[in-house]
Amino acid sequence: MTNTIFAERKDQVHRKGEEPFQMACDKESLAGAVSQRACVFCGSRVVLYPITDALHLVHGPIGCAAYTWDIRGALSSGPELHRHSYSTDLQESDVIFGGEDKLYRALTQLIERINPKAAFVYSTCIVGIIGDDLSGVCKKVEREKGIPVIPVESEGFKGNKRAGYNAACRAMFQLVGTGPIDDISPLSVNILGDFNLAGEIWIVREYFERMGVKVVANITGDGRVDDLRRAHGAALNLVQCSGSTIDLAKMMKDEYKIPFLRVSYFGVEDMADSLYKVADFFKDLDPEIMERTKALVRDELSELYPKLKEYRKALKGKKAAIYVGGAFKAFSLVKAFRLLGMTVELVGSQTGTEEDYKELHEITDPGTIIVDDSNPLELSSFLEEKDVDIFVGGVKERPIAYKLGVGFCDHNHERKEALEGFVGMLNFAKEVYSTVMSPVWRFTPRKQAISSKPQEMDVCHERKAIKN
Amino acid sequence: MLLRHTPKEITERSALTINPAKTCQPIGAMYAALGIHGCLPHSHGSQGCCAYHRSALTRHYKEPVMAATSSFTEGSSVFGGQANLVQAIDNIFTIYEPEVIAVHTTCLSETIGDDIPQITRKAEADGKIPEGKYVIHVNTPSYVGTHVTGFANMTKAMVDYFAKSTGQKIDQINIIPGYVEPSDMEEIKRIAEMMGVRVVMFPDTSKVLNRPQTGKYEMFPEGGVTVEALKTTGDSLATIGLGRLASGPAAQALDTKCNVPCEILDLPIGFKATDRFVDTLRKTLGITVPDSLNNERGQLLDIVTDMHQYFYGKKVALAGDPDHLIALTEFLVSIDMWPIHIVTGTSGKKFEPRIREITKDSPYPINVKAPGDMFLLHQWIKNEPVDLLMGNTYMKYIARDEDVPLIRMGFPILDRIGHSYFPIVGYRGGMRLLEKILDAILDRQDRDAPEESFELVM
Repeated sequence: MTNTIFAERKDQVHRKGEEPFQMACDKESLAGAVSQRACVFCGSRVVLYPITDALHLVHGPIGCAAYTWDIRGALSSGPELHRHSYSTDLQESDVIFGGEDKLYRALTQLIERINPKAAFVYSTCIVGIIGDDLSGVCKKVEREKGIPVIPVESEGFKGNKRAGYNAACRAMFQLVGTGPIDDISPLSVNILGDFNLAGEIWIVREYFERMGVKVVANITGDGRVDDLRRAHGAALNLVQCSGSTIDLAKMMKDEYKIPFLRVSYFGVEDMADSLYKVADFFKDLDPEIMERTKALVRDELSELYPKLKEYRKALKGKKAAIYVGGAFKAFSLVKAFRLLGMTVELVGSQTGTEEDYKELHEITDPGTIIVDDSNPLELSSFLEEKDVDIFVGGVKERPIAYKLGVGFCDHNHERKEALEGFVGMLNFAKEVYSTVMSPVWRFTPRKQAISSKPQEMDVCHERKAIKN
Repeated sequence: MLLRHTPKEITERSALTINPAKTCQPIGAMYAALGIHGCLPHSHGSQGCCAYHRSALTRHYKEPVMAATSSFTEGSSVFGGQANLVQAIDNIFTIYEPEVIAVHTTCLSETIGDDIPQITRKAEADGKIPEGKYVIHVNTPSYVGTHVTGFANMTKAMVDYFAKSTGQKIDQINIIPGYVEPSDMEEIKRIAEMMGVRVVMFPDTSKVLNRPQTGKYEMFPEGGVTVEALKTTGDSLATIGLGRLASGPAAQALDTKCNVPCEILDLPIGFKATDRFVDTLRKTLGITVPDSLNNERGQLLDIVTDMHQYFYGKKVALAGDPDHLIALTEFLVSIDMWPIHIVTGTSGKKFEPRIREITKDSPYPINVKAPGDMFLLHQWIKNEPVDLLMGNTYMKYIARDEDVPLIRMGFPILDRIGHSYFPIVGYRGGMRLLEKILDAILDRQDRDAPEESFELVM
């Protein structure tokens, strides 16, 4: 393990300031790499699964359904059909003789029994290989049962997660345009790319309500089939999360002439900017909307900043590393850490594009390592080299950080605190604080030497001063 | 209610699994492979499979789980995965430097018909496998069997690839621990050590997936059975396979390949099964059971004596793997509890008759199904309620819906800790189970008791 970076991965790692910026990305992962990436099916499943009143049937062997059974924590204010796991559980005989008949029976039995608003039928690797006519079966059942039955072309091997996002968008697009839109306000938006983890979409919806903007469809957190069917009646699409739903926004722009804005609800700056962008968009229709929005931001900030102060004081100068799925999230995280007075030493993503990395390069400080499609060895060596205090990542990154004795914040499927909105910034600060300043690090071998120094003891003492 | 979509009325389902009590073969193979020292499991298929297995194992063990993937693309699924695997072998040995690469297949590579041994030979001929390093493989199509099958197959592959008979017997026995936690493997070794038995245990995930916080990230932790030890299994005096489904195939393969006689026992959960395990060790090696171990048995018995009236007549619903369920059912019956609904996602002809035999004196009709799913289990519970649930984390939906306490055991446990550090096998493992059962039942009794019958002493 002498040479941590694969020779072939050299151009997927960049150190800002050392050489002119150039970054290779959007490459297929190297065979044999312990990549942190997932597959097409995974991408489709995470995007569509929060649609709470649809039937989600996985056509494949049991694993694909088992591993995606309610893992994302996408909350619902109503139906919870999405929290069940439905699978055709393909067996050897199905692989030999084809699984179409089984799929047909599973679909009809389920629709009769639970009467869903629509059904999404996910294709998996094996279905792509044995050549089941997924869309044929879906069409047949749709005719017989009278609800939309939508095939999702998510064969695992047909690309990476981003291809899965695209398949999900194409599936959702089949619903858009099929519902009535007469009573939709001209001041209306769809929220795309928010999955209502820890109830985040509810926070954002409340801001829009205060601004006087109606939300037509949540896409997809706390989502409903009927809302998706009416989504073409909205005046504007707001797209968060770089990869997952931008394709749907583009399709809706082409077909229904609905413009879209890229937004982020994470971090004070980006949250406020996003609301201002929306206000600006509607200012001709509603001349007072900008004033209302400014008042909203002012109110929220005047409540937030005093609470944030203590955390900033404690966290000033601490060092962070970021490795997330989509690069768009990384932009907001870099800014959020800056607001907390922290520095970002490493930033990377699984699926960033060249544009994304250019932007990351622009907003980071010299010396920051920028990385695409990384692996545990690489990540752990960077964490050690930069001696960071916190690592932001997903499920597979968490134990790596902990083994090194580094704090961790899940900014992915497993976050338990709402991190969006102004209140989300406070939650984020608390979460960062609780892990960076945890007394546990005083006991860990790597930090023991440092924590015996007096100034470090002061910091630990200071921790007690902030009430949660 | 989370599972409001679960009707009481049970209708026949022929094409559909809802809320599975199983997952697919490859993850079992990956788990077993992690029990070889210095081994990097390798998933020959799409990236997603490997990511899912690593995530699931990471959530369960809260440890880094390393595995590589062939990263199939559309091209590889048309032209075959040979190029990917050869390149992967080369990259892995160059960069990560494991002792062993343990390849398992997926539904994708199985269906396109990749021949792993042939690809491995090609890699070897091309000089991609360094001297003294190994590539082993197992076929684990996801549409056959379950995670238990995958574990059994990878464990058997260890025999197929490494076990040798030199003709010179070694004074040691092989123990195949079954698809159990690292803590259970540790406990089984501890019992054998107490009896003075030299053991080669394989696979052995202790000190791999229950590691201490060291301040260091180690790709290959200190635990796991070594290749050297695996090679000697062919010269051992005997093999004990714990759990018929998970350990049977490897134990029998050793018998066939190297003439090592094998005894296949239930997982040592509870009195009777642990007695049988200890007794088999005793008889095989002609040794006596030390007082220290008898003392542990006595303590287990003492707990049951002290608290037996609280166990009496409690109805339990179980979901999990067949090997666990058989031993657990026997244990529960032996303490006067009544497992009445039992479901596993893994099929096996012997499972249902065995459960019926163990529960034949039950005053209740017994529902047992293999393969069945948790949706069915929930429906049974709606028809005949229980006092306690035992199974993996996914049972928490039922627990919440029906307001019944849940004891977590099996795989996966995504929301609690303890399973990787504290065993459920052996006498001490039995004591831990009893503590959990009593805590669950008595906490519930305390919670539900009306003021006038709320008791301090129990």
